[in-house]
Amino acid sequence: MIAIRGLTKSYRSVAVLRGVDLDMPQGRVFALLGPNGAGKTTLVRILATLIRPDGGTATVAGHDVVREPRRVQSAISLTGQSTAVDELLTGEENLILLGRLRRLGRGGARRRAAELLDQFDLRDAGRRLVRTYSGGMRRRLDLAVSLVRRPRVLFLDEPTTGLDPRSRQTTWAAVRALAADGVTVLLTTQYLEEADQLADRVAFLDHGAIIAEGPPAGLKSQLAGERVELRLGAPEAVRRAVAVLGDGAQPDAPRGAVLVPTDGSAEQVRVLLNRLDGAGVPVDRVAIHRPTLDDVFLTMTRS
Amino acid sequence: MFAALDDAGLMIGRSLRHHLRALDTLLLGVLLPVFLLLLFVYIFGGAVHTGGAYLTYVVPGIVLLCAGFGAANTAVPVAQDLTTGAIDRFRSLPILRSAVLVGHVVAGLLRNLASTVLVLAVAFVIGFRPAAGPLDWLLALAVLTLYVLAMSWLSVCFGLLASSAESASSFGFVLLFLPYLSSAFVPVETMPRVLRGFAEHQPMTPVIETLRAAMAGTPDAATAWTAVAWFGGVLALGYALATYLFARRQTAG
Repeated sequence: MIAIRGLTKSYRSVAVLRGVDLDMPQGRVFALLGPNGAGKTTLVRILATLIRPDGGTATVAGHDVVREPRRVQSAISLTGQSTAVDELLTGEENLILLGRLRRLGRGGARRRAAELLDQFDLRDAGRRLVRTYSGGMRRRLDLAVSLVRRPRVLFLDEPTTGLDPRSRQTTWAAVRALAADGVTVLLTTQYLEEADQLADRVAFLDHGAIIAEGPPAGLKSQLAGERVELRLGAPEAVRRAVAVLGDGAQPDAPRGAVLVPTDGSAEQVRVLLNRLDGAGVPVDRVAIHRPTLDDVFLTMTRS
Repeated sequence: MFAALDDAGLMIGRSLRHHLRALDTLLLGVLLPVFLLLLFVYIFGGAVHTGGAYLTYVVPGIVLLCAGFGAANTAVPVAQDLTTGAIDRFRSLPILRSAVLVGHVVAGLLRNLASTVLVLAVAFVIGFRPAAGPLDWLLALAVLTLYVLAMSWLSVCFGLLASSAESASSFGFVLLFLPYLSSAFVPVETMPRVLRGFAEHQPMTPVIETLRAAMAGTPDAATAWTAVAWFGGVLALGYALATYLFARRQTAG
């Protein structure tokens, strides 16, 4: 649905994108991750026909973003970083305006606006000026405006930055429903947990290049797998535990803990605890530590 | 073609709603002209000698001053749309590219014409009795519309270049100031020589003289053509520059 080949973009002498290649299949949620200034927004703006790349090609829904911008525009919707809803219009008027610009006709735009106000929990606020809305309500309306006509590809640039948990849940639910309905969603985010929750595939963008790409689970398993964390307390206990458990055990002296690779089964944890018990090493607490996308991200961007 | 007109119409509706709902700016835009009219007539009017009733002399000047100020304010909503990301959203739609700019310009023009009618009505109440016939009014309306459109497009350029709505509003002060250096409020013969040279030749003067002559029922073709040449030129330049700047945002930001 989206194919990117060797995409480059510079502002004056600063290279923002230096040869990006990516493929995104239809009906999937794709998360673009990366630190501030990595080029995420620039990439989204190129795909949404707002800026031209310096080199390389990008096609969205089968159309080249530079040569056929009109066809691309008919297939996409964009929700940018700053909410683009109109303060001096009501929520309903915002939706109707976009509906009519998307050629739904007067009646069609009105009906669609009512549906979306319901779906995004804004029915009671529909007749109020957006100026009176809370931040979360604005973001929800902003997303609703993008869905006035079901797009084939939806771009969401940091859709949940600054949202309260409830608004975030509403947004996530909407994204999942869209993907299930066959819409391809490309979202940028700084919240790795969000990518983990929502995305089928994740790409890390750093200094204008993709440094890792794949399903979240795959990326995580490339790094260390799950580990059991045994809290012991005293440094002396940590030393003895490592001696008892042997090779795999890693001391974490400052926290008074030992980390042991595990498959997460209860049986293995029982064996570990029995061995320590037999050697007279008391264990305070047990925790299973799973690598998060944060671990992947920090490891990747460090090297 | 019809789709493009439809897009422009929707955007004009959007901008008109903005005007009607931003009550503070609307009140300023409507009351300021009336206030200035009363100020000039009752405070300065007694001291200025124009060889006739000062009210008759000053009304075209007030109309022009306020139309210019109103047109200059077009920069503000343009800059606002840029900062909120509204323009990004509109540009990612398959619609007439400049529709959002056309909306701001046309809505601004309508608001300006409405406040001009109000000024003329108040002037009439306090004794303004223009000798203009229907054709003269038509000429005055045409020249004023050209002036407002030209200044609005120039103002759109400022809005596209400004970094914020606050800095965009500074363009208004240029247009609020320039008419003072013309024949708008006092005859140029009363000015020092250097200033007089400027006042006689700056573009505001032919517009004011065209309005004044038209309202007096003695339209002057030569002055009118000078005004049309000036502001036809400004309109072409402003429109071209605005569309260029708008398209250039492709590569910036």
